[in-house]
Amino acid sequence: MIAELGHFALILALLLALLQATVPLLGAARRDLGWMALSRRTALGQLVLVSFAFAALIHAYVTSDFSVANVFENSHSAKPLLYKVTGAWGNHEGSMVLWVFILALCGAAVAGFGGNLPAELRARVLAVQGMIGSGFLLFILLTSDPFQRLMPAPFDGRGLNPVLQDPGLAFHPPFLYLGYVGFSVAFSFAVAALIEGRVDAAWARWVRPWTLAAWCALTIGIAMGSWWAYYTLGWGGWWFWDPVENASLMPWLVGTALLHSAIVVEKREALKTWTVLLAILTFSLSLIGTFLVRSGVLTSVHAFAVDPARGTFILLLLFVVIGGSLSLYAVRAPRLRGGGLFAPISREGALVLNNLLLTTAAATVFLGTLYPLFSEELGGPKLSVGFPFFDRTFAPLMVPLLMAVAVGPLLAWKRGDLLGALQRLWLAFAAVAVVILFGVYLARGGPVLAVFGLALAAWVFMGAVLEWMERVKLGRAPMSESWRRARHLPRAAHGMTLAHLGLAVTLAGIAASAWQEERIEIVHPGQDLAIAGYTLHLDEVAQVAGANFTADRARITVTKAGKTIAEMHPEKRFFPLQQMPTSVTAIHSNLLADLYVALGDSDGAGGWTIRAYWKPLVPWIWMGAVFMALGGLLSLSDRRWRIGIAVRVPRGARVAGVGD
Amino acid sequence: MTRKRRRLLAVLAGMGMLAIAAVLVLNAFSDSLVFFYSPSDLKARAVPQGRMLRIGGLVEEASVKRGGDGKTVTFRITDGSAAVPVTYSGALPDLFREGQGVVVEGRLDGAGEVRAASVLAKHDERYMPREVVDALKKSGRWQEGAAAK
Repeated sequence: MIAELGHFALILALLLALLQATVPLLGAARRDLGWMALSRRTALGQLVLVSFAFAALIHAYVTSDFSVANVFENSHSAKPLLYKVTGAWGNHEGSMVLWVFILALCGAAVAGFGGNLPAELRARVLAVQGMIGSGFLLFILLTSDPFQRLMPAPFDGRGLNPVLQDPGLAFHPPFLYLGYVGFSVAFSFAVAALIEGRVDAAWARWVRPWTLAAWCALTIGIAMGSWWAYYTLGWGGWWFWDPVENASLMPWLVGTALLHSAIVVEKREALKTWTVLLAILTFSLSLIGTFLVRSGVLTSVHAFAVDPARGTFILLLLFVVIGGSLSLYAVRAPRLRGGGLFAPISREGALVLNNLLLTTAAATVFLGTLYPLFSEELGGPKLSVGFPFFDRTFAPLMVPLLMAVAVGPLLAWKRGDLLGALQRLWLAFAAVAVVILFGVYLARGGPVLAVFGLALAAWVFMGAVLEWMERVKLGRAPMSESWRRARHLPRAAHGMTLAHLGLAVTLAGIAASAWQEERIEIVHPGQDLAIAGYTLHLDEVAQVAGANFTADRARITVTKAGKTIAEMHPEKRFFPLQQMPTSVTAIHSNLLADLYVALGDSDGAGGWTIRAYWKPLVPWIWMGAVFMALGGLLSLSDRRWRIGIAVRVPRGARVAGVGD
Repeated sequence: MTRKRRRLLAVLAGMGMLAIAAVLVLNAFSDSLVFFYSPSDLKARAVPQGRMLRIGGLVEEASVKRGGDGKTVTFRITDGSAAVPVTYSGALPDLFREGQGVVVEGRLDGAGEVRAASVLAKHDERYMPREVVDALKKSGRWQEGAAAK
């Protein structure tokens, strides 16, 4: 019964979405306040209905209602409760419901927090959200109904893929989708601005918090996925240039560009058309990310199902959304008037450079990800594009970007002084020199590129620190004055510093992975394995039982210089239901390096393959990502995004005094 | 600087960036494209030695032999009509076992053996890498539902 109600709620939500996609748009054209106001109610109504459907699906999972086909396919009564809940979105149909749920959440948020938006803009934004919503609800109802019943109901379900039964992966999709779908708001704002023919500083102020929030969620989502791969795959890889990872990286790169170009629109009213284009591209790439991967077009571990009807619908949807918005852009963008002029060497210039590099990098990733598909579809050879391609295209494009990250914020708007900025960075140069000297001494003919990467990280780090110190006049004014300045600095400024520091931290973590050590050996209980100054003593390997698996569990005592440091318990689990093994690695981290141990197969004679790795600075990769997201959140809490602060200047009036 | 000149500059900068990207891409493409072969293809065609390639198929039953050091493994990959010997040293994925569909990336040595740099088995026992399915279909050994077993 509840499942049927959930299905019915989705149908009602579709009807509301169709209403929301049309009436407010007409209302905005006719300047009919009543018609425009409808958008707020439909957006809230959609949230209620879709939440109900989502809750109904989770209810079916929690109560193990196997008469629902989707639950039967993906759940099992013996599964821990957490994975019963998260299993709801661990499959195609459920993940689509999560998708529209987040979309409804975004729509309702625009309706709820958008009290300060001009009525017409809000109506148009919500109308575009309604169009996206109708497309997806239609997709769910026509091709991916999560509430389909089975007659007769099976006794028990097939279970969730054990690989997905992991806390890291359970919450990875919601964050990723929060990012993908969050960019839909920026997209809707862009389309609404094109319809309206108007982009100004106020518009950028309204768009930026949404973009920031989506970007933070996507950053965390990507980091979680990478962290999951790191601790679960048993050898500590954290990025594979897999199509799925690339699919989330592309919107992140273009979204990062959007974040920065919106600053220029807000402060200087320049780069308007470009920013609108970026908003469209970011969401388009999010859609491509969700669907090319999910539809099974790309060979990938995440591809749930290959169903021709779905594939066709998805392609059609992509075509309508991307093609439609880009056509609108082509027709309307020339009407958007450009704003402030600036010299190439200026804050704006630096942000343009940032944008060019980020989008070009996204383009190379796009090519590398989709080239195998094109090649095959066009009758060419079957091939794959591996690691080296991305190392050689993506990395060289990131180098100038990272160099510019330290300099850009020190340049003035309109016309900057490059020499002056570089002079103020002398401490950063000194840090780079120290890192290079130290690195070359340590590496001695070793990984030169890694030393270079660390030096870049030091450069970015010092750049961010120096810029912040300059703002608060640390060391040049009395402490009390610096403290006063730090308190009065907008939170967005602190946020930028934190995010750039995070970038440096992540970069250092990536570069230092070149120094990792690896030992793979057969060890008998009672024997030792030595790695990077640590001694791993295998005490025993015991059989243990979990809720829905059995496991071989090793007990390893780690000592360094005779002192016991930790006890580690790597496991090899076996899920009888799916006849499938997974490994649970043991990681001992001191935040400067990880000791990473995985249990391999038994050799049948009492020995076990133990894989041990020492990975310097590897936790920094995710720590940096967390800093970036925190920086974004800090910036999001800035006073100037709050209700009533952004005021639109009447059309035709000169914009003065925008910015702080 | 006038608006026109500024636009010109922006366009030039964009074009320059694309040109750099194009150079990087073409340069990387020349030797980082990894072509896919089935074991039958390897038998039938002359495949250049020492070039990175991918081979997909099933791990042949009773062909997996582990070395005494805990990391070297030899096995054969088959598509039903031909089989290729593979040597690999390193961590095998959890799902690696006889009869399982795998994709191996590595180089061919002089003796017609593949020295694998990585072995990929997918996350799900129901899921068969698409390349493997295609290879099996080509050799006529594919049965619908075989992947679901």
